[in-house]
Amino acid sequence: MPTSFNRRDFIKIGAAAGIGTAMVGPSLFRRHPTARTTYPRQQGDLIETSPTYCEICFWKCAGWVHSKNGKPWKVVGHPEDQHSHGRLCTRGTGGIGAYTDPERLKRPLIRVEERGEQVFREVSWDEALDYIAHKLSVIKETHGPESLAMFSHGTGASHWKTLTKAYGSACITAPSFAQCRGPRAAGFYLTYGDVVGSPERTDIANSRCMVLIGSHLGENLHNGQVQEMGTFLANGGEMIVVDPRFSTAAGKAKHWLPIKPSTDLALILAWIHVLIEEELYDRDYVERYTTGFEQLKEAVATNTPEWAYPITTIEPAVIRETARTMARYAPATLVHPGRHVTWYGDDTQRSRAIAILNALLGSWGREGGFYIPQTAQVPEYPHPEYPEPSWKMCEETQKIFPYALSPVASHIRDMTVAPPAPDKQVKAWLVYGSNLILSLPDIEKTIQAIQNLDLLVVIDIMPAEICGWADVVLPEATYLERYDDLRISPGRRPQIALRAPAFEPMYDTKPSGWIVKKLAAKMGLSQYFPWEDDEDYLDWRLRQIGSSLDEMLEIGVKTLPSQGPLYFPPGADVTFNTPSGMIELYSEQLEQYGFDPIPVYRAHQEPPAGYYRLIQGRSPFHTFARTTNNPILTELQDENTLWVHPTTAKDWGLETGQYVHLENQDGKHSTFPIRVQITERIRTDCVYMVHGFGHSQKQMSRSYGKGMDDNELVTNVDVDPIMGGTGRRSNFVTFKLENATPMEAA
Amino acid sequence: MAAKQKKRYVMVIDTLLCIGCGDCVVACKMENEVPDGLSRDWVVEEVQGEFPNLHVEYRSERCNHCSNPPCVYACPTGASFIDEDSNITLVDPELCTGCKSCVAACPYDARFIMPEGYVSKCTFCMHRVNDGEDPACVSVCPTHCMYFGDLNDPESEVSQLLKQRQHKTIAPETGTDPNIFYLT
Repeated sequence: MPTSFNRRDFIKIGAAAGIGTAMVGPSLFRRHPTARTTYPRQQGDLIETSPTYCEICFWKCAGWVHSKNGKPWKVVGHPEDQHSHGRLCTRGTGGIGAYTDPERLKRPLIRVEERGEQVFREVSWDEALDYIAHKLSVIKETHGPESLAMFSHGTGASHWKTLTKAYGSACITAPSFAQCRGPRAAGFYLTYGDVVGSPERTDIANSRCMVLIGSHLGENLHNGQVQEMGTFLANGGEMIVVDPRFSTAAGKAKHWLPIKPSTDLALILAWIHVLIEEELYDRDYVERYTTGFEQLKEAVATNTPEWAYPITTIEPAVIRETARTMARYAPATLVHPGRHVTWYGDDTQRSRAIAILNALLGSWGREGGFYIPQTAQVPEYPHPEYPEPSWKMCEETQKIFPYALSPVASHIRDMTVAPPAPDKQVKAWLVYGSNLILSLPDIEKTIQAIQNLDLLVVIDIMPAEICGWADVVLPEATYLERYDDLRISPGRRPQIALRAPAFEPMYDTKPSGWIVKKLAAKMGLSQYFPWEDDEDYLDWRLRQIGSSLDEMLEIGVKTLPSQGPLYFPPGADVTFNTPSGMIELYSEQLEQYGFDPIPVYRAHQEPPAGYYRLIQGRSPFHTFARTTNNPILTELQDENTLWVHPTTAKDWGLETGQYVHLENQDGKHSTFPIRVQITERIRTDCVYMVHGFGHSQKQMSRSYGKGMDDNELVTNVDVDPIMGGTGRRSNFVTFKLENATPMEAA
Repeated sequence: MAAKQKKRYVMVIDTLLCIGCGDCVVACKMENEVPDGLSRDWVVEEVQGEFPNLHVEYRSERCNHCSNPPCVYACPTGASFIDEDSNITLVDPELCTGCKSCVAACPYDARFIMPEGYVSKCTFCMHRVNDGEDPACVSVCPTHCMYFGDLNDPESEVSQLLKQRQHKTIAPETGTDPNIFYLT
């Protein structure tokens, strides 16, 4: 019988006991030239390529992996691919670093107790999977299969989702909903009966005016969108950027509106007011497609630019001028819905306001606004019906958050701590590629939930912090070493892409397809995985659409026939997937649940004296906390910095390059210090850092203690009552200057 | 037989489109297998003005393949040379002694010593250019802000861009006659 624990200690992965062996695996990560030459390509070199799509971020660009004389060389974009147009971004170009990182997870680990100390023991795959199968069978007997929750981020999760459903649970969630883009999904769904999706259906390449509200395209390197922004700018597009920070995008904009943080909704309502007051909206579009215009007009009657000015600090003349600019280019004006939009707890309402603004401009379903996406239809491999769960987490979630369109990761965490009923307990977590310690706000609660579990299984590439809390850690092969399911994503054309292994898995890592099939056999669930192997699975699916695995290995990306127009034909009748069949400017759905049917601005908390609002964002060199140990990408950025306005710096006597600690309004002190970057590019009432740094796992030597983790300072969470999003921007920090010395170099 | 006209390869980089994402830096490292901690190109960020009247410029920089190259003049062994069919400045590792004269002479700090002891730097990805491809950095740029071509060809895209757009070079006062141009 495996040892059981009533409490988990955080285990540093390197403290492994047991069958430790010397590091094995071919030294494929040498990048020194083997010959004394300046030229990397010699006559007679054997260059081989294989198709993939990238897993370094969620954009999933298709590309070709090149090896030279059997060694990894480079990954380049696939010219046919509509995500990348033949150009991978910084992170995807450095994707081989995920494969060569010598600090990857290498073997399955099981938590054991030895001499009163909890440690990880390296075990065989059989032992690890036997352990999980046994635990899950006990849990199923005691608490029912519904007590298994699965957290996912990434393509390999598809196999684990199948296993979760086959086991009998519908509790599958992704932090990318309630911690990221969920409010946008809910806001647009409530308005248009449809979501923005990923990749976004934004028609940036054809836009003539683009409005970014807190979105910092260019720093967030969503490849296709950034490429389209390049086209847009080259064509002379006018950009309006609303950001308390002079972002990279603000540097390209005609209008930068350095708004007071937390007041964006007031600005959007004032823009709506101007469009209506000055009759600049698309009258035909509004009459033809929308409902609730009169109520909207009445609701925003008092939201004048003069009203918005003291709230937002944006001058009325600027608000008017920018509204007129939007109208001038409409419908080729795109008010971008953003992506990471969980800020203040009223984020669905702000997303609604953005959706409404776009409707007034007539940009939804129009060239230069939002196109109608097309997705390839590829039949599923046949499998038996999944068992019907006796209760479903999404139904529990929707009792509290009616427009949670997906189970809410933070809510499942909370229900693990305090179950909704004695017979509705969450007792096991499968966590795939999702470092919940850094991604879910309120870390203490996450750890409390973990202590309540009977089983925590983490599947990952790197020894991320969440691994330290696991009972079992399963080391997955990287995307360059495995097959995965087909990439079938929305775009301007239906298109599919294949990921095939370019290299053999290093160490004792395995692809999820292999892991899950083996585990399913041990759990008696093989009937849900009736294929021989990944190749058989993929080939069967591909043959249903007249392709094959062999064909896809040759071409990598396949574009299928167009399914219809990208835009509403002029004057066409369109039925929207809303109760009224129209675009709902006024939402009876929200009204029915007691929410504002038209967004209303309400003031948010302000920083106390001596404190600054903490705002977070993205770096073009990294994907959240996922890549901050990648040996190639850390050369570009190995720590984050704290942006501080010169006035603030003067008040505190700060100098650029100095390390400081921060403490938030609840007395939460940072674990690691951060380097100060004094810059004019930010307001005086906030400070800014890139998310994803300040790792506490020593085994990731390039990221351990480098920079600060913003998430640990997010103890005040503004929960969105409509969809459960976790607003993280009402946290305020002050400087703690004592003992702020940087971590010693590893 | 008509003499083949010598190429003048230049890079034209549009600072209005560059977002400083560093894709060029990583693409070069991968393509040319540049060792850890070293790179042949880099990105400069320059901020001007005061809040809220600000201007930021990003520039992808590298060897300027100067028409008047101080590095070549400084080299005592002839290891640094200009390719005979073009203006591409190269280093022959067999002749290089690692004396660093060229490193000191270059006003752009574009040269470095490889772990093996010889000097290295940007080659304009000559191996790709010879195959009719763009340099790796140009081929990957997500905003398409980089252009590569022959300035001796008046019809080339780079010639046209320099005719139509305002541009500058870095440290022209050093008299190096650089061949990387920045559109402003």
